[in-house]
Amino acid sequence: MADDVLFEFLHMEMVSHIYKDQASRGEMEKDRATCVSTLEGMGFRVGQGLIERFTKDSPSFKDDLDVMKFICKDFWINVFRKQIDNLRTNHQGTYVLQDNKFALLTQFSNGKQYLEEAPKYLAYSCGLVRGALSNLGMDCVVTAEVSLMPSCKFQVVIQKI
Amino acid sequence: MVELLQETTTKGHQYEEETCLGQETQAMDIRLNSELFTLTYGALVTQLCKDYENDEEVNKQLDKMGYNIGVRLIEDFLARSSIGRCQDFRETADVISKVAFKMYLGITPSVTNWSPAGDELSLILESNPLVDFVELPDNHSSLVYSNLLCGVLRGALEMVQMAVDVKFAQDTLRGDNVTEIRMKFIKRIEENLPAGDE
Repeated sequence: MADDVLFEFLHMEMVSHIYKDQASRGEMEKDRATCVSTLEGMGFRVGQGLIERFTKDSPSFKDDLDVMKFICKDFWINVFRKQIDNLRTNHQGTYVLQDNKFALLTQFSNGKQYLEEAPKYLAYSCGLVRGALSNLGMDCVVTAEVSLMPSCKFQVVIQKI
Repeated sequence: MVELLQETTTKGHQYEEETCLGQETQAMDIRLNSELFTLTYGALVTQLCKDYENDEEVNKQLDKMGYNIGVRLIEDFLARSSIGRCQDFRETADVISKVAFKMYLGITPSVTNWSPAGDELSLILESNPLVDFVELPDNHSSLVYSNLLCGVLRGALEMVQMAVDVKFAQDTLRGDNVTEIRMKFIKRIEENLPAGDE
């Protein structure tokens, strides 16, 4: 059906458009943060919708770790066509998901070239994860960091009420 | 605040059907992925509606973005399909509907309504994956939701030396029975060789 390449193209164009658009509307510094939060917000909505469709018929999860394992395996496979390579936790609400060959970064570079541009292309995915977790009952903050492409780490910090 | 309504109820019965047939993982993967694209597109249109005051502007932006995607997508298409050069516009239309649309959106629109001069045609889409969970609210009646497709076709064809004009003639989102894309061939773009190359 809809090839995953369509999503990649759309995602690239979305990022490009959001940044071009903000640039033409004025001040630089403030806009970079707005762009990221716009993309993240879009990802959030989509993440919520996706997880609803996906877990419609599944039993509920035992605990947070179970949810995170689901995100690392089934969710990641369906969205990014592979599993998360490494999941780490401090057992106190912080999880680090490491993807050694992140689907949206493979076309960028195989190292440090274009490192400054990478965060733009991760904002949407952070939103996806945050949206998915939000609809599974976990409020959290998701950030991403890249030091060597195409590998990247997503950090999920669960917000205790 | 204006929002496009997105219901997540459609295709429920189809989802169960696929599971029963035992082809779950493959079908589920493909289905989920097309939902990712559909939902992402929806989020994009919603965002554009927030950013721009009127529908015409949103339509224009969608077309522009589609164009940018199209000029890249054509390379991906040619690489995957290894289709050779088309002899005429009719063949082009056939390839677009039977190969390209099938490859990327899983649908095969029918090619009809040829103009007498053979330079204008209609692509009739029985279903449009982009609008799977979408309803247009009343205050966005002139929004051409799937306008990205027009830009994609325009951009892709320009890269193979064809200037075309593409627009939606009918849209199921706006109450029509089918979705109809009208494509008009304008001219062949001559390849410009750099000076000194002969």
